[in-house]
Amino acid sequence: MDNFWPGDFLPHWTTWIWPLLWMLIKSVVLLTVLLLIIAYLLLFDRKVWAAVHIRRGPNVVGAFGLLQSFADLLKFVFKEPLIPAASDKIVFLLAPIVTATTALAVWAVIPFGEGWMIADLNIGILYVLAIGSLEVYGIIMGGWASNSKYPFLGALRSAAQMVSYEVSIGFVIITVLLVAGTLNLTGIVHAQQHGLGTHFGMPGSFLDWYWLPLFPMFVIFFISALAETNRPPFDLPEAESELVAGFAVEYSSTPYLLFMLGEYVAISAMCAMTAILFLGGWLPPLNVAPFTWVPGIMWFLIKVVAVFFMFAMVKAFVPRYRYDQLMRLGWKVFLPLSLAMVVVVAAVVHFGPRLVS
Amino acid sequence: MTLALSELFFWLFSLILIASAVMVIWAKNPVHSVLFLILAFFNAAGLFVLAGAEFLAMLLIIVYVGAVAVLFLFVVMMLDVDFAELKAGFMKNAPLGLLVGVILVAELIGFVSSWVITPGMVSRIASPSPVTGGAVNNTQALGAVLYTKYVYFFEASGIILLIAMIGAIVLTLRHKPGVRRQDIGAQVARTPATAVEMVKVKSGESSVPAAKEKV
Repeated sequence: MDNFWPGDFLPHWTTWIWPLLWMLIKSVVLLTVLLLIIAYLLLFDRKVWAAVHIRRGPNVVGAFGLLQSFADLLKFVFKEPLIPAASDKIVFLLAPIVTATTALAVWAVIPFGEGWMIADLNIGILYVLAIGSLEVYGIIMGGWASNSKYPFLGALRSAAQMVSYEVSIGFVIITVLLVAGTLNLTGIVHAQQHGLGTHFGMPGSFLDWYWLPLFPMFVIFFISALAETNRPPFDLPEAESELVAGFAVEYSSTPYLLFMLGEYVAISAMCAMTAILFLGGWLPPLNVAPFTWVPGIMWFLIKVVAVFFMFAMVKAFVPRYRYDQLMRLGWKVFLPLSLAMVVVVAAVVHFGPRLVS
Repeated sequence: MTLALSELFFWLFSLILIASAVMVIWAKNPVHSVLFLILAFFNAAGLFVLAGAEFLAMLLIIVYVGAVAVLFLFVVMMLDVDFAELKAGFMKNAPLGLLVGVILVAELIGFVSSWVITPGMVSRIASPSPVTGGAVNNTQALGAVLYTKYVYFFEASGIILLIAMIGAIVLTLRHKPGVRRQDIGAQVARTPATAVEMVKVKSGESSVPAAKEKV
């Protein structure tokens, strides 16, 4: 600090002002694009749900209801935020902010394409796990600070549920890491260029991706992702038939909006993780001319939306689990299964034949 | 000395870390204490990242913040802590607490001073840590020593944790007789032959034998 004068400004420009500015610019661009995508994912979710019910879904605001999410945004923002008198006001308002920021922070390491990310951490996948494990705090804090019994019950359920399913998600990720041999998300996508497909004579095809050799893990990851993000059929923290709206009972206006936003950002992040870990990220499904012309980011977005479509369909089809069934599935089915698969995959990776040299 | 970006973040993380550590003790509400503890963990992880130990940082968050502190918070929220009772006992226990505090501070001073006094230690601190600089990254460096040189210690600690876990389950597991639990195997194994019973009911009578006895 001792020579920080305007005359010496130039060296600082390259050492810390410019990196900081560049990071800020990248973050703002990512946030804007991400929130726009989320707005339309929300509409897509409702449209899919409506189609399964043979309804039209939102179709009034804008053509085909395309502006519905923005209308909802305005409606939430212009309402009065009610804060219960008996609540812990600071924690009550902090909870939705924690949910939204931790959910958004995950996107910092997710590669949209070759080199299209904010930070290329060499432990990217651990970062996603770490920040993902923080998302439970928003719900616990919100449920506790509301000082009311339904939110509190919802928060307790959520805490147990998210901690339980993080275990199986962790083991599934370990199997992927064993096969890929790296903790870097870009590296994991690159590792999926060579695999079973190359062995079968279709190099660079969708058969190379990890969904095929690790198919049981793919299924477990998908179901655990549903539970981890509190999506139906595992939306017990906000089960409206039992707990009114669970942890969100006392929330209104912008704080509620932030909870909803955090939830959908977390869901889209889980879809992106599924695309990266099992569906080859930004790689084209076939390594031939018309497919390779399409830029990688388009393939990535198509895969994310395809996984999200499955999320939306599950919400429409599957009845809600009972709480003991949920815990049984997590601890008695997924945990032993994924643990056994870690052992099997590790053995195959170490002793098995090398598919690709 | 130029103020690099990492230095700015070092001050930010350490100041928040110390402030939240103080607030853990200061906060009147135990839930607030736990939340400040979590903030302290998080900032400690930030310091680890700045020191080049990103693997440890992420483990700190995943294990302590993501799992241990959640359960801690869970328990503290459900406990009905009586503040009046806690404060009543404060003066009685104050000398003991003071003694423990003094011993701790003395030990810390001894530890830090021995660190400085020990010959060669200063040069060892000044030398860059082997894991940050080279081509080998943090995770590989840890794995290379953990599974080779220290593999027996690593496995022993794993077994100790497993024993503790099984012990905790054994202590809390209760098999109450007469509790209706879902037995999925039994549900799936049901056939029409085992599940349905055809009963001829005479008019004016109950099909349930027990109902007849009660009347």
